[in-house]
Parts: sequence; structure tokens; C-alpha cells
Amino acid sequence: MNARKTYPLWFSFGALGLYFMLFFFPCLLGLFYSFTDWNSFRPELNFVGLANFRNLFRGNTPYLLYFGNTLKFTFFTTLWKTLVGFALALLFTRRSRFADFHRMIIFSPQVLSFLIVGLVFRSLLHPSTGFVNLALDALGLGVLKQRWLTDLAWVWKSIIAVDTWKGVGYVMVVFIAGIKAIPASYHEAAIVDGASFLQRVVRISIPMLVPSIMVVTVLNFTYGFRVFDIIYVLTNGGPGYASGVMNTGVYKEFSKGDYGMGTTLSTVLFFFITAVSWFIIRGMRAKEVEA
Amino acid sequence: MNLRRSLSRASLGLLSWLVALAFLLPVAVILINSFKSGAEAADMSLALPAKLAVSNYEAVYKAGNLLTTFLNSALYGAGSSALVVALVLAAAFPLSRRKGRASGAIYFFIVLGTALPMNYIAVMKVMKALALINTRLGMVLLYAAINIPISLFIAYGYISTLPREIDEAAVIDGCSPVQLFIRVIAPLLTPIASTVFVLDFMATWNDFIMPLYFLNSTSKWPMTLGVYNFFGMYQTQWNLVSADIVLTSLPVLLVFVFGQKYIVGGITAGAVKG
Repeated sequence: MNARKTYPLWFSFGALGLYFMLFFFPCLLGLFYSFTDWNSFRPELNFVGLANFRNLFRGNTPYLLYFGNTLKFTFFTTLWKTLVGFALALLFTRRSRFADFHRMIIFSPQVLSFLIVGLVFRSLLHPSTGFVNLALDALGLGVLKQRWLTDLAWVWKSIIAVDTWKGVGYVMVVFIAGIKAIPASYHEAAIVDGASFLQRVVRISIPMLVPSIMVVTVLNFTYGFRVFDIIYVLTNGGPGYASGVMNTGVYKEFSKGDYGMGTTLSTVLFFFITAVSWFIIRGMRAKEVEA
Repeated sequence: MNLRRSLSRASLGLLSWLVALAFLLPVAVILINSFKSGAEAADMSLALPAKLAVSNYEAVYKAGNLLTTFLNSALYGAGSSALVVALVLAAAFPLSRRKGRASGAIYFFIVLGTALPMNYIAVMKVMKALALINTRLGMVLLYAAINIPISLFIAYGYISTLPREIDEAAVIDGCSPVQLFIRVIAPLLTPIASTVFVLDFMATWNDFIMPLYFLNSTSKWPMTLGVYNFFGMYQTQWNLVSADIVLTSLPVLLVFVFGQKYIVGGITAGAVKG
């Protein structure tokens, strides 16, 4: 049987064409525009060389802060989702009548829109009328009240907590699938040998979950680097520029009409993610060769 | 020993319930406050309303332009997901069957899109050039383009599990490639088609970045942007905003409850396989 004839490549041209036209080609086009002063005020386009890229490093612009914030968001949400997701997976793989129901509840924020989650938490975290501060008052813990989304010391903690609340169910589900794939005999043998629960987690579950952990980390990274929704709705990058990330920055430039600077930020993110992906893929290939 | 074990069992059971409740709490606050009067909802507490203000929902329905935005969301979600299912299944079939360089490169190139950031401003330029900006067709095509990479990844893995002997038998019986795909392979792909459709539908339903950048006429807005706009106008009336939030989330929660099998299946198929 001739594979070339039986499986014609043109079957894939529809998906390839649409993806190229509306996703990949604009990335290249954006690279071109990042060398221009394209904006919404004047129709003509001038080449400005590297001026947009130099703007990134000027002291009075927030762009480097956006970049740092993007990394910070990515690192901490990945860390928390992985740790909490693992703990939840351990808790909900126990044999229990309600485990399925509990799992469904914890997963459910995943299917809500970021916009909805953002609005809900803007209400809950409101300093004077929000549920969190009211509850603290009611419990006599009024001293713990905070301006959760406007205080510089708390804004990132709040954002990371909300994002973890929304995304941890996904990580949990992946880990549960991973834990269930571990042969029961491993744990049985360890129990016979007198291993404690903690020892079994550290010596059996975690090493066996390494593939799941890697997949989850890659997913969390690619989500984190591109984050926009949750931050736009919760703080719109505020107070000031304190919680701005790359993609909220792109939207700010877009709203101002400074398209050239906006595509420059997108282009920087594009190359950064491409570089990170390249290292991840190379790392995985190396692992495969070893194994 | 036995006492200790049943104690630890009970405390873990209690912990499970507490954790689940913590995840349910924000939803409960919104649901309760959506039935409060304006004055009661000035404090977003868990206190139950004196009487159920169902009128909130009527008010939201009238003020929030809900039917239009609902139909728009349904069109974007169903239209783009159907398009993705058709394009991606057709693409995944030869790509996962052939072992050549070209098919490998095409697969890798498209799946790269699961990680790459969209260049929204440049997309605007392309949409303008194609006369797709601020049109419903443009939205459907754009959502399809965004969802293609992850969908291809999921479908590719599934097709590799189908035995090649099926293809061989069909070809010997005289099937052309198109017949082989449509008559023989496509029917076997119903489970993965459902998964891809449900996942894409939810992603599209929940999105609000695309309309934020590419739609300026309110008549074409999806539900998410409608609710955001509503929030802008009625910020101080959290009972109304809550009701709007409930109505916007309801469709996607229903899809989740009935399509759970496909969603979790899709996630673990994509993730555990790696």
C-alpha cells in the first residue's frame, strides 16, 4: 500500500491554511511592524529601526516591568497549581463515596470564563462590601482585612491565588489520572515492607508522576507567558503599572493607538516563548534518547 | 490502631468536604446575591435574601441585551467548533499515518501554535485586509484558527491508536482516499470529534479577548463582552451583575455537566500521553 497515495497531504491543507493565515502569518507580520511607527493617528508608515526595541529598556517605560511580572506570574502560578493540585489529587484518589462529586466541584471553575471568575473575585475581594473582608469582620479578625487588589503588597498574592483557584482542578485531574496508572502492586509491596504513607508518596508516587508533572508544567508555562484575561479583569494592570503583564501591555498600546509598540511587545513574547519551547523540546528529546 | 485509622479516615473525609466547599463558596455568594434586593446586595455576604427577587433576572434579561449576545455566542461557539472538527480530523488522519518529513513538519508547525502568543494587532491588519474585521464570519474563522493547534494535538494521538489494518482492508476493497476517510475512518472518530467539539465550544464561549480587539458593534458581541459591559454600567448593583453572571455561566456549566466524560477524556488523553 502506498502511503503517499492512501494518505494525501492535501487533507491537512484546510487546517494548515486557516492556522497560517490568521495565526502564524500575523506573528511574522508583527515582526515587520515592530520596526515601524505604525499608529492610529497617521496613515503613513515610517521605518524607525530598533527604536521600539530600545523603548523596552528606557527607564521611564513599564515594559521591562511587564516582562518581569509575566515571569513572576508564570513561576508562582505553576508552582502553586502543581503543589496544591498534587495534594488534592492525593486527597481525592482515596476510596470515598463522594470523591467523584468533590472532584467535579474542584474542576468546575476550569469551565467558567476568566471574565466571570475575575468579576466574581472583584466582588469577593472588594475592600468594603466584599465577602472576604466582611467574613473576616464577622469572625472578629478585622485586623486581617486588606485592600486585596489595590494594595501593592497584596495585589500579586490575590491574583496568583485567584488564578490557582481557577486552574488547579485541571492539574488535579491530570495527576489523578497519573496516580491511577501506577500499578497497585508497587504500593502493596511497599506496605508489606513497612513503608509509611509519606515514604510511599516520595518514593513511589512522585517519581512515577514525573511525565505528568512535565506536561502540566509545560501547559502552565505556555498559559502563564500569554496570560491576559484574569489580570485585565481583576486589576487591569493596576495599581499604576504594578500588575501589568506583556499581553495587558499590548492591549494598552492598542487602546492608545500605538500599534508599532504593541506589536513589538507581542514580537518579544513570540521570540521568548519560541526560545523556551526549543529548550523544552530539546530537553525532552534528550530524555527520550537516554531512556 | 483501629480507632486511629477510623479517626484519620473521618478527618480526611471532613477535609475533602471543606476543600470542596471552599471551591463552591464564591459560586454560592454570587448565586445568593443574584436573588437579593439592591439594598441587601450592597453587602456581598452569605446572608439569605428576605424574599427571592426573581425580578433581577427579568431586569437583566431586558437591560443586558441577553438574547442577542446569547445567539452570537452560540453561533461563534458552534460554528467555529464544527469547522475545527472537520478541518482537524481531515488533517490529523494523513499526518498521523504518514511517517515522512513533510507530514512531521506540518504537524509540528501547527502544534507549535499551542504555545505561541497571538499577535493581536497584526491579526487586526490581516482581518481588515480580508474584510473580516467586525463580522461574524471573521469571528468564527478566527476562533477556528486559534483552536486548531490543540485540537490537532488531541486528534492526532487518538488516530494513532486506530489499527492500520482497517485502512488496508478498505483500500484492497477499492476505497479511494476520500472514501476511506469519510466512509471508514470518520465514523470511528466520533468520540474524539465530540471531545474536540466540546472543548473548543467552551473555549470559544468563554473567550472575550477576540471581541475586545476585533468587534466594535454591540450587536455582534458575545455573552462575555455583554456581561462585561453590563458590569461597567451597573457596577454598584451587584444583585443585577450577579444575576447576569449566573445567566452567562449557565450554558457552559450545562455543557460541562453533560459533556464531562468528553472533557476529562480530552484532558487526560492530551496530557498523560504527553
